[in-house]
Amino acid sequence: MSIRVNGMEVLPPDDARVSLLDHLREHLHLSGTKKGCDQGACGACTVLLDGNRVLSCLTLAAQADGSNVQTIEALAAESGALHALQRAFIEHDGLQCGYCTPGQICSAIAMAEELRRGDPSYVTLDLAAGPPVVTRAEIRERMSGNLCRCGAHNGIVEAIEDMLVETAA
Amino acid sequence: MTPFGYARAADRADALARVGSGARVLGGGTNLVDLLRQNVEQASELVDVSRLEGAIRESDDGGLLIDASVRNATLAAHPLVRHRYPVLARALLAGASAQIRNMATVGGNILQRTRCMYFYDVEGARCNKRQPGAGCDAMDGFNRYHAVLGASDQCIATHPSDMCVALAMLDAVIHLSGPDGERSVPLTDFHVLPNATPQTETVLKPGELITGVELPPPSAAVTHSEYRKVRDRSSYAFALISVAGGLAIAEGRITEARIALGGVAAKPWRATRAETALVCVAPTPDAFLAAIREELVGARPLSGNGFKIGLAERTVVAVLGALAGARA
Amino acid sequence: MTKLQNAIIGGVRAVLGHVPASWLPGGTPDPLIDKRVSLGGQQSRIDGPDKVRGAARFAAEVPMENLLYAAFVHSTIARGRIADLDVSAAEAAPGVALVMTYRNAPKIGVPPPIGITNLKAAGNHTLPIMQDPEIRWNGQVVAVVLAETREQAEHGAALVRVRYDAAPARTRFEEGKASAYTPESMLVERNRLDKGDASRKLAEAAFTIDAVYTTPWENHNPIEPHAATLVWREGKLIVHDATQMVHGTAGSLANIFGLKAGDVHVSSPYVGGGFGAKGLWDHQILGAAAAKLAGRPVRVTLSRASMHRLVGGRTQTEQRVALAADADGKLKALLHHGYGVKPLHSVCDEGFSLTGRSLYASESFDVVQHYVDLDLLANSFMRGPGETPGTFAIECAMDELADALGMDPIELRRCNAASRDPVSGAPHSQNAMMEAYDLGAARIGWDRRMAKPGTRREGEWLIGMGCATGTFPFTRMPGTSVRITIDAAGGAHVASAAHEMGMGTATVQRQHAADRLGLPLDRVTVIIGDSSLPFASFAGGSSQTASLAAAISAASGKLATELMRLAGNDTPLAGLKSSEVEFADGGLRSVEDPARHESFASILRRSGRGELSVVGESGAPLEILKYSMHSTSANFCELRVSEITGEIRVDRLVGAFDCGRILNAKTATSQFKGGMIMGLGMALTEETLLDERTGRIMSTSLADYHVPVHLDVPDIDVLWTDIPDPRTPLGARGIGEIGTTGVAAAIANAVFNATGKRVRDLPLTLDKLI
Repeated sequence: MSIRVNGMEVLPPDDARVSLLDHLREHLHLSGTKKGCDQGACGACTVLLDGNRVLSCLTLAAQADGSNVQTIEALAAESGALHALQRAFIEHDGLQCGYCTPGQICSAIAMAEELRRGDPSYVTLDLAAGPPVVTRAEIRERMSGNLCRCGAHNGIVEAIEDMLVETAA
Repeated sequence: MTPFGYARAADRADALARVGSGARVLGGGTNLVDLLRQNVEQASELVDVSRLEGAIRESDDGGLLIDASVRNATLAAHPLVRHRYPVLARALLAGASAQIRNMATVGGNILQRTRCMYFYDVEGARCNKRQPGAGCDAMDGFNRYHAVLGASDQCIATHPSDMCVALAMLDAVIHLSGPDGERSVPLTDFHVLPNATPQTETVLKPGELITGVELPPPSAAVTHSEYRKVRDRSSYAFALISVAGGLAIAEGRITEARIALGGVAAKPWRATRAETALVCVAPTPDAFLAAIREELVGARPLSGNGFKIGLAERTVVAVLGALAGARA
Repeated sequence: MTKLQNAIIGGVRAVLGHVPASWLPGGTPDPLIDKRVSLGGQQSRIDGPDKVRGAARFAAEVPMENLLYAAFVHSTIARGRIADLDVSAAEAAPGVALVMTYRNAPKIGVPPPIGITNLKAAGNHTLPIMQDPEIRWNGQVVAVVLAETREQAEHGAALVRVRYDAAPARTRFEEGKASAYTPESMLVERNRLDKGDASRKLAEAAFTIDAVYTTPWENHNPIEPHAATLVWREGKLIVHDATQMVHGTAGSLANIFGLKAGDVHVSSPYVGGGFGAKGLWDHQILGAAAAKLAGRPVRVTLSRASMHRLVGGRTQTEQRVALAADADGKLKALLHHGYGVKPLHSVCDEGFSLTGRSLYASESFDVVQHYVDLDLLANSFMRGPGETPGTFAIECAMDELADALGMDPIELRRCNAASRDPVSGAPHSQNAMMEAYDLGAARIGWDRRMAKPGTRREGEWLIGMGCATGTFPFTRMPGTSVRITIDAAGGAHVASAAHEMGMGTATVQRQHAADRLGLPLDRVTVIIGDSSLPFASFAGGSSQTASLAAAISAASGKLATELMRLAGNDTPLAGLKSSEVEFADGGLRSVEDPARHESFASILRRSGRGELSVVGESGAPLEILKYSMHSTSANFCELRVSEITGEIRVDRLVGAFDCGRILNAKTATSQFKGGMIMGLGMALTEETLLDERTGRIMSTSLADYHVPVHLDVPDIDVLWTDIPDPRTPLGARGIGEIGTTGVAAAIANAVFNATGKRVRDLPLTLDKLI
C-alpha cells in the first residue's frame, strides 16, 4: 500500500508515530501544510483526505495509507494559475502573515463541498430541512476550526463568498 | 511519544484479537494521538479500527444502529438522525470543528478523556486519574470547567463529549464485544463516577471493544428535542454547560420529558429526577426551574465553577421553554 | 540609569522647545503627502501568491542536510536548583544524538537587553541560559535533546529525569504588590506624574469616579510556533529564524557566543505572526549552543506548551483610575495608578499608565505605576503594549463618568479633547480624535443607542452599544537604513533588513519607492528579512513603516545627488543643483522646466555604470520630543448579551482611525481589523492561566487559551480621517498596534449599555454576567 499525495504514490513512514503533517513537511518537503499547534486546536494543518478536510497533525501518516491526500500545493493548476479561491484570498486580503492561509483555503474548499451536499451545521436553524441557506453565520461556524491570529477573518469570509458565488454560477 | 506499532484491523475479529493482546484502540485519533504525544498515555501497539465497516441503519424496531467507526460528521448529516434524533445531530455539530468531526469516530467520542489541564500536564501537575494517589491539583486550582455533580475528593474532571450528552438523553445502548462475547450497556451506565478510582472511567473491560451504538425508536420527546451548548467561545470550545432536552406535551401537560446535562460531571448526566418531576405538569418556566433544581440539589460548587449551577438551571429552563413554545 | 535617562530626555525636550520646527525632521512636509500615484490605493500584497500557494518558506521549513531535531525539557518548579539530573535513558534512546544540560552546554554570555540604547540587542531577559543548575522560573529549559527525527527527540526528552531542590518562590501577584518597585522612567517618560494638585480636585469635584480595573496575563499565540533552523559553518552561525528583529537577533547571538557582529547571519523573510512575541528567547540561543555542541545543524520548533514556557506574554495589570469632573463634564483630575508584573530580569515595560497622559485635557494629573517582581518568565511586549490594557481602564472609567454625569460618552470626550499635550503643553503634530468619533458614530448609527442601560431587547438578548478611544504614540527608529539600487534598465531595488509578519511591509514600501522615485510599481522590487541587508530596527512600536519611509526618503536624496554627479554636463539637466530636480518618469527632471528630463537608464548608460547604489538612514527622531505625536481612534461596538447564559455576541465593530495618511487602503484595513480582533479576544476570552501556587502556566494550548474563532468575529468597518501628519514621512503614523487599543473598553462599555452591569475585570466571560 501507499499514500497518494497530490497524485504521487509515496510510502508511509517506518516510524508509526509520524503524523501525516510531519510526513508531509519533514519527509516529503511539502511544507505548504502548516504546523500551528500540533494538537488539533488551530486548523493550520488542514488537508483533504479522500476529499474530506481533516487535521493532519492528529492523523498518523500510517492511517492515510491507501488514501488520497491533497495539500495546498496541489490546488493551483499545473500551469501555475491560481485556484479561484486563492485569487479571492488575495483580492479580499484574506491573509496577513500567511501561516494559517493554506489551512483556511483547504478547509474552505472542503466546506464548499459539504454545503453543496447539504450537510447542516450547528447554526443551521432547521436540521430536518434541505440544504442550508448560505449565510455569513454558516460560513463562520463552518470555518471556526481554522484559527487566524492576524485577524483576516472578514477577508477570508468574503473570499469564500466569492468562490461560492462563482461555483454556483 | 514512546515508540509503538501500528496495525489496521482487517475486521472485527482481527481488532478483537489485537485488543486482547494489549493493543490500544485507535479511532480517528483526535484524542488518543494527542494524549500519546503529550505522554499522558503510552501504548506499545495501536490497532486502527477507523476503517472497519461504518454503517448507520434502521433497526427492526424502528431505532437506529450505528457502527462504532462511523465518523461524527457522517452521523450528524445522516437524514434519519436529522429527522428523528435532532438532538443528536445538533450535539454532534456542537462538538469540536468540522475537521475533527470528519475524523472522530462514534466509539472514540464515547471513550474520549477529560480536558482537565492538570490531567494533561504530565510533568508539572498532580493528577489522580493519571497516577492514582498522587493528588489532584485541580481541586484548589483552575476548576472553572470542572464537575459540580458526582465528583469525588479524588477527581473533579468532566467528560467533554457533546455527543454523549445526547446519547444519554436518547437511552442509547452501547454494544460491546470482548473475549467473553458480546454485551450491551446503557450509555448512562457506561461511564462511571470517579469515587476513589478516577483512573477507571468506564465499565469497558480489558479486551473489550465498542462495536456500535443503538438508539431506541424515537419517542415523541425525542423527535421534539434540542441541544444547547454554552461555552466561552461561540464555536470550537468545550462546553461549560450543555443541555439536551426533549418534551412531549398533550392537552397542556407534559407527557414525556427528557433532559441530559453536559459539562457538569465525569459522565453525561441524565437528569432523571428532573424528568420525573415534570411528568404530568403544565410546561411552565416555574415547573422547569423547580424540576432542574431538584436535580441539582446535590450539586457541589468548587472555587471556580459555582456559576455552573445557576447556568445549568437557566439553560435547562430556556431549552425546555423553547421546546414548549415551539410545540404550542 | 533611568534617572539619567529622565534628565537627558527632559533636557533635549527643553532645548527642542526653542528650536524652529523647520530644523527638525519633518520640518518641511513630505511632498509625497499629496503627490501620490501608487500610494493610497488598494494594492494587493505582493507576497499573496506565494502565501496562498503555501510556497512562502517559513523558518522551520528551510531544507538542511544532516539535520537534528531539538526537543526541550522544562523545569517544573519556579525557584531552586537541579539536584539530580539523569540523562542516561535519553542518551540511550533510539536516534538521540545529544542531550545538552548545564553540565555540558557551551559557556555563553547572557542576552543583551533590548532597548533604545542598543538597537542590535534583542534580549527579553538578562538571565544566564543553561549555565548553572539554578531554576529561575517554572518552565525554564533544563535539557535539550537532539535526535535524528522529531519523534525521537520528543521521546528522548520524556526520558530525562530531573529532581529539584525547590526554594521558596514568589509567584503570587497579591503578595508581590507589598514589595512592588517603582521605576523612575517608563519607556522615554518619567514614571511619576504629579501635576495640578489632583488629590484636592478629586476631593472637591462635583462628580467623581474611582474604580479598579484588571486585565489578565495574555499570550500572543501567533499561529506559527517559534522556530529556527540553525547551522554553524566555519565558525559562523547561520540562523533561519522567525523573528521581528533580524539584526537584534544577529547582534545578540554574536554577543552571547562571543562572535564578531558579522559572523551571525539571520534570515527571516516570512514570519507567521509575531505581535511582539517573535523576538529573541531562549530557544534560538539553546538551538545554536546545541548545534555547536553536536556539530550538526539543528531545527527547533517550539511546541505550543514550550511557547508558553519560554516566550513571555503581556503582564496582568491592576489599575486604579479616578476621574473628577465638573457638572459640564470638564475633567478636573485624572488619577491612574497601578501594578503590573515585571521581574527584575525582565526588559519590557508595560506602560499602561502612559495612556491617560495625552488623551484628555484634565486640569490635574496623578499618575504612577509599580512593578511586582516575581519568579516568573519575563513578561514581554504584546500588540499595543501599555496602551492596550491602559485604554481598557481609562476608557471604561470615562464611560462610567459619562453615565454618572448623564452625558453622552462621545460628548464627554468632545468636551475634554486636548488641543495640545495636556501634560507637556507641546503642540500636536496632528490630531483629529473627534473627527474620528464623528466618522465612527455616523457609521455605526450611534443615534440608535439608548442612553439608559438594559432597555433594548430582542428575545433573550439584551442589546447595547459602546464606544472608547484608542491611542498609540508615533515612533520612528533611528538607524533604520535602506539601500536603493538603480539597475541598468532604470528599475529600482530597495533592500533593508526589515520584517514581514503580515503587515505588508514590502508591498507598502514598494508603493512608496515607486512614488518617491517616479517609477511605475512594476519597476520596483523590495527585499527584506535578512541580516546581510542594511540595518533595520525591530518591527515594533508601530515604527517600521515610518522608519523605512524616512530611510527611503533619505536614500532618494542621496540618489538624486549621485545621479546628478554622474549625469555631468552632457545632460538636459546640466547646470541644475540636486535641489532643483525631482524624480519623475523613471528619471530626474527640472522642477522649473519639466521638459528637462533624463532617465535613470540613460544617466547610467552614459556614465558607464551598470548600476548605482546608495544607502539612506532614518535619523534621530527628534520630532517626537518637540511635538505631541499620538494616533487616536474611536472604537464602536454593538453587541448582544444573553439574559439566560451571559454569552456575548458582538454583532458589529467600527473603528475610525486618525493615524495620518493611509498608504495602502487594503493592507491598512487588514492591519486595523487584525488589531481590533485581538482587542475582541482580549475583551471576551483571552486569559493566560498562571497557577500562582506553582508559577506554572496551565493554559498552554490553543484549546485552553481562547483566541477568537471565525464565528466570534463580526463584520468590521474601518474608517480613517486620512489627514496627513505634516511632521512624518509620507504624512503617516504607525497603524500596527492602535487597532488593539480601546476595543476591550468599547466592548465592556457596550455590555454595560446592554445589561447595566459594569464588569471591570477582563475577560468578559459569561460567569461575570449571570
